[in-house]
Amino acid sequence: MVLPSALAVLVFVYGFIAVTLYVSFSNWSKLVPDYTFIGATNYLRVFQNPRFLITMRNLGVFTGLFVGGSLILGFLLAVLLDRRIKAEGLFRTIYLYPLALSFIVTGVVWRWLLNPGSPQMGSTGINLLLEKMGLGFLKTGWYTDPRIGIIAVAVAAVWQMSGYVMAMYLAGLRGIPEELREAARVDGASELQIYRYVVLPLLRPITFGALIVLGHISLKIYDLVVAMTGPGPGYSCDVPAYFMWELTFRANRFGQGAVIACILLFGVSLLILPYLRYSLRREAKI
Amino acid sequence: MQKVCWLLAVLVAVGLLGWAQAGTSLVLEKPASLADVSLTVFGDSAYAPAIMRATNSKALVDHSFARISRLDEILPAGAKLWVPDATWAKAFLAVWDPNRVEDLFGGGKLVVGSWWTTGGEAEGLEALFDLYRSRYPDVLIVNATVAGGAGFVFKAVVKPRIIAGDPPDTFQLHAGLEVEGYSPEIYLRPLDDLYTIFGWDKVLPSDLLDMIRYKGHYWGVPVNIHRSNVLWYNKEIFARYDLTPPTSWDEFFAICETLKKAGVIPVIIGNAGGWEVAHLFEDILAGVLSPDEYRGLWTGETPWTHPGVARALEILKRIMEYANVDYPAHTWDTALDYFVVDKGAMHIMGDWAMGWFMAKQIDYKVGWAPVPGTKGVFVALSDTFAFPKRAANPINVLSWLEVCGSKEGQIAFNMRKGSIPARTDITPEEKAQFNPYLQSCMEDWARDAIVPSVMHGAAAPESWVVDFKDAINLFLVTKDVASTQAALMAAAQAALGK
Amino acid sequence: MKTWLFRGLLYLTLVIFAVYYLLPLYVLVITSLKSFEEVNVYKMWLPPKKLSFESFKRALFSEWGYQGLANNFKNSVMMVIPAAVFSSFLGSINGYIFTHWSFPGVNIVFILILFGMFIPYQSILIPLVQVLRFLGLFGTIPGLIITHVIYGIPITTLIFRNYYSTIPKELIEAAKIDGASFVGIYRRVILPLSLPGFAVVLIWQFTSIWNDFLFGVTIALNPDIQPVTVALNNLAGSYFVEWNVQIAGALLVAMPTLMVYLILGKYFMRGLLAGALRG
Repeated sequence: MVLPSALAVLVFVYGFIAVTLYVSFSNWSKLVPDYTFIGATNYLRVFQNPRFLITMRNLGVFTGLFVGGSLILGFLLAVLLDRRIKAEGLFRTIYLYPLALSFIVTGVVWRWLLNPGSPQMGSTGINLLLEKMGLGFLKTGWYTDPRIGIIAVAVAAVWQMSGYVMAMYLAGLRGIPEELREAARVDGASELQIYRYVVLPLLRPITFGALIVLGHISLKIYDLVVAMTGPGPGYSCDVPAYFMWELTFRANRFGQGAVIACILLFGVSLLILPYLRYSLRREAKI
Repeated sequence: MQKVCWLLAVLVAVGLLGWAQAGTSLVLEKPASLADVSLTVFGDSAYAPAIMRATNSKALVDHSFARISRLDEILPAGAKLWVPDATWAKAFLAVWDPNRVEDLFGGGKLVVGSWWTTGGEAEGLEALFDLYRSRYPDVLIVNATVAGGAGFVFKAVVKPRIIAGDPPDTFQLHAGLEVEGYSPEIYLRPLDDLYTIFGWDKVLPSDLLDMIRYKGHYWGVPVNIHRSNVLWYNKEIFARYDLTPPTSWDEFFAICETLKKAGVIPVIIGNAGGWEVAHLFEDILAGVLSPDEYRGLWTGETPWTHPGVARALEILKRIMEYANVDYPAHTWDTALDYFVVDKGAMHIMGDWAMGWFMAKQIDYKVGWAPVPGTKGVFVALSDTFAFPKRAANPINVLSWLEVCGSKEGQIAFNMRKGSIPARTDITPEEKAQFNPYLQSCMEDWARDAIVPSVMHGAAAPESWVVDFKDAINLFLVTKDVASTQAALMAAAQAALGK
Repeated sequence: MKTWLFRGLLYLTLVIFAVYYLLPLYVLVITSLKSFEEVNVYKMWLPPKKLSFESFKRALFSEWGYQGLANNFKNSVMMVIPAAVFSSFLGSINGYIFTHWSFPGVNIVFILILFGMFIPYQSILIPLVQVLRFLGLFGTIPGLIITHVIYGIPITTLIFRNYYSTIPKELIEAAKIDGASFVGIYRRVILPLSLPGFAVVLIWQFTSIWNDFLFGVTIALNPDIQPVTVALNNLAGSYFVEWNVQIAGALLVAMPTLMVYLILGKYFMRGLLAGALRG
């Protein structure tokens, strides 16, 4: 019964991955497919392109901030909401609704919000709010500043997805039997210690699950960048998926585009395999 | 002989009625075959299939016309035929594949791919559609447009389709080397025969024809011309500070200094699209180098180590110092908000900016001049429509190209789009219908030296355009002239070495 | 005394965060209610001087040469509902298999299916179009549905596998002893317990398929069958954007998914509580 799914995935995923892998070694650089094997030339060209290295660095920064930020914020909100709040449903909905939006909508609105304004026209967006609250020193150029760039994009992404993390952790927290916490309290542990030694370890499976979902969104991040910033000054907001798109469909460098896809997949496999080994070993124990 | 006279008489009588459509109607006195009719009307029986197709198309909309099912049919007396005009008939024969019998029956669709989705562009496209529908009402037009500047998204949609053998019937293509990215020898139909038949090779300027020609053939029919090197300035600010539009870069920077001291942003720039500053750079290059030297950059005759390139980069660096600091946050159009509130004075952009000024209703305070150094130089780009080999409805495409290349089509389209017709046979009365900027643009088009724009697909293939753009965007941050010049040189070598 | 302070701070923190989440919505709504002349990025916080629903009207209905969104909503619905339902069912079946049936290599197959989630879709557009053409599905809504179902299999499988791993093995064993077949166990034991899992999966798939743009624009070139996200993109001009119309359109497109979260959100939570998203 799993056969139809497996077959479909085999063709549509692995068949295509194999094709992409082969194309990355081929000479395909015009619209007409050209499958002549040219070894690792495309890989060399891609790595020598300064824009590629910038996008990989951006991806690293973005992933760290997005995944880390979402996890921390989501956990914090879950902890706060777990305390028998009135109107919990309302707060939950408020934190959760950005999930319903597409990255394109998120990108459009955050492009406005993080527009720093200018000396001549005055500040706008978040900078304006910071000014009015007397926190003017926190103003930055956001995505117009090449040193910050992708961090601005991460702020928007965290806004969108942290609600999902919150929902997961809230469910997880509710699943922890109160007796465990009581027992710890009886043993003299403080609330903080309870969180560190009882709660967090029990939530580890959720953390890993969130890591997988957030990680896969992060690696493929594209819509948000297109809608919000474009490549940004000095490519400070550029990401591999965007660069791959330009290489493939504008510059017709299909071989080089395929290289980026393969590199992303390789990176993924480095992360996912240890996780899966861990998860399966855990289940074997149970 | 008598039969001929009768036919001719009817032709003349009814011909006057049919001038708006591409042909005339004809009622048969006596039974005749299509070959006979073709022989009588055109002096050559070979046009029979054209007549069959034209009549069948008419018959789908107007049932008084005969419906012909076979090419060799003997048609009865009283059968009403639609005889297309000679040029269309010739073009039909050139395009029609005799194995495709289905093409003789009219109707079908016309899937038009483009990235013109709103505003003047969409209106212009719709005007072309209207003209087409009035001539060929039997065809269903499918407007397969996809938004995204410069076809950013559209290209990713159309290219897989072309590769898979299922292209739209016709699609938008910039004139020039952009066509290389479509491997035209494999996927597109060369249009040289149509250029001769419809006389486009006589009525389009030779510089444009040179631009469209790739590997010895024409691959698209141009509908318009846009100009890249325009300096737009705020007339009110200039009046206030007693300024006149600069003709050289020294004058330009003098104006910048004056404005900066007065607290006005001298140059408005928006680079969020990633291409706007590269566009500015191409205009600088076109002024610093002579037209021939500039063209030579793209053919390999002028090396990128030419001192003019370094000088252009220095100029660009200096311009950025007078620009609004938030330029990465804006696309060119949102940056023009400075212009609207009279806080910003000058903006270098192609002439589609006029459309924006008019939509915001501030065109009364907009002045224009050639980018400093480019007086007498017209950096041109043009939108054309291509003819994929595997188009599903080739005869409908032929009719579409006819409409695009026709004078009425070009006037109708350009008046709404905000560009100028590519044809040179526009009469002064017709020109007077266009807005003042476009009229002056048409004059310049007729006299200036024409050089191809690189950012808009004319001068270089897209892979080179992307490299060029990437080098300039990095330059904005590194400000390093030497390494950028080296990068531009490497890009040229990569593209030309192929 | 201390608890009052504590609770007060708690609510304050929650409200501050709520503001962070709601600010963008505020900007979106007031911008959509402005006319094009009033739209200005420097005045984004100011409510409209003149309330104008013109942008919604223009987003929904025929504009110059370009049809509005109204027709495309129907297309999106026709695409999303079958795709979400089918991919959920497939995920459920797969999840059941991977949890309670072992055969050689079961874990490997699961890993392989999961790995498929990570492929960047841009890189497989060309072979995808070719395969769909080969199957005669290119340019059709069924083609879009099948694409979404296939690429939804990894995530739905993951969710259901995690969910079903909380079902006690004893229940399954009991059914097996009773002589139930593979399908029988699924029908009698698994399916009745799956409701919370389906809640999570259906909501998640509905949202991500509804919001998809890439597959929609690549596979459905004919405007008659384009989903609403593709039509939304076309509201932007290629040279300049009318932000009020664009944002009004974006809000309209987001309505269905927002409704889903607002109304069905508690089922989503219940599904999570029941273990649908554990590691």
